[in-house]
Amino acid sequence: MREVDARGLSCPEPMMLTEEALKADKGAVRVLVSEPHQKMNVEKCAKDHGRKFTSTETDDGFAVEIEPA
Amino acid sequence: MNLTDSKKKLALAGVVCGLVAACLAYFGNPANMAFCIACFIRDTAGALGLHSTETVQYARPEIIGLVLGSFLISVATKEYRSMAGSSPMTRFVLGMILAIGSLVFLGCPLRMIIRMSAGDLNAWVALIGFILGVGTGVFALKKGFSLGRAHTANRMSGAMLPVLMLGILVLALATTLLKSSQSGPGSMHAPIILSLIGGLIFGAFAQKSRMCFAGSIRDVILMKNFDLLTIIGSFFVVMLIYNIATGNFVPAFDTPGIIAHSDHLWSILGMYAVGFAAVLAGGCPLRQLILAGQGSSDSAVTVLGMFIGAALSHNFGLAGSGTALNAETQEVVAGGVPMNGRIAVVICIIVCFVIAFANKRSEGK
Repeated sequence: MREVDARGLSCPEPMMLTEEALKADKGAVRVLVSEPHQKMNVEKCAKDHGRKFTSTETDDGFAVEIEPA
Repeated sequence: MNLTDSKKKLALAGVVCGLVAACLAYFGNPANMAFCIACFIRDTAGALGLHSTETVQYARPEIIGLVLGSFLISVATKEYRSMAGSSPMTRFVLGMILAIGSLVFLGCPLRMIIRMSAGDLNAWVALIGFILGVGTGVFALKKGFSLGRAHTANRMSGAMLPVLMLGILVLALATTLLKSSQSGPGSMHAPIILSLIGGLIFGAFAQKSRMCFAGSIRDVILMKNFDLLTIIGSFFVVMLIYNIATGNFVPAFDTPGIIAHSDHLWSILGMYAVGFAAVLAGGCPLRQLILAGQGSSDSAVTVLGMFIGAALSHNFGLAGSGTALNAETQEVVAGGVPMNGRIAVVICIIVCFVIAFANKRSEGK
């Protein structure tokens, strides 16, 4: 699974990195972010790409697991 | 409570914030200033004695309310995160640029929208510069710009700016230590309690909706995403209706008494610097206050940069002056941007370019 570590990055970097990963990889992608609004942005990004996702809280933020296309 | 999952909710947030700004203008804030982050930070810096321009000194409860509103709603909805460490001194400089550029134009992006809604054509001209500035920032982002990662900090660190804001409020209410203008824009304000409540409501809605004036244009250019622009659009419509209803809508360039000038090149360049710096800092002046309220020490440092930038703008004669009517001769005296302000804007733009292309994502890892 491809992993995008966007923890601690300012907007819109987490979204840009997620976009980049979703375009490059049709497989599963795991995105790590620090803050709730970044988690929502990543989820929105996955939705825009027609991908399903599951979000979980981690020790230092959130992990959004995006399913394969 | 999530306001970001539909355009209707985002539009509602813009309407609420528009109503707050309209109410504050109605109850005493300068009409087409209503709710300006740069102007209000400048006034608060004056109240603290950081500059000595007597007409713009007043601890604006709106600024205090914005930070506290964001802090309280983010704690209540478990969105408060104490984070720090993403190039803080670079962000301090970007904060200075946000204030200096705004005060050359005479308003932050929020006031630019308010001025546009009052028919001030100078603000429509400045919008060109703001969009170009945001566009340049987006170009830098695409080239890999990043100020690096913030990390989880001690929980108290993120609460320091809200506590300091509370301190300013206590000083304003319980002591005579703070300066307060007897004339000029600083003397025009809504009652303290209304301004504070307005700031709290505006801050809470801005936090939940992610309202950002630079971000709205950035997202359109970068991702063809119009979500954040929906908030700004509805905010503009509410202010437009208010201005038409109260007779404050005057479509013109040289209108005396509205705290604006027609020095177009410098309005464009001032807002170019603001748009550019805002994208590099991850948000407009309003968004910086909101992020600082929800625990970002990096944004708190940006806010401190705005305080110092605003103070320097007046100490060094960088700020623009508004077109005014000479009371004796009844002649219109054109406002403008002094030479020091023009030099400062050029320096600000050069600094933005250096920051934009000297900070790459790989270095922040």
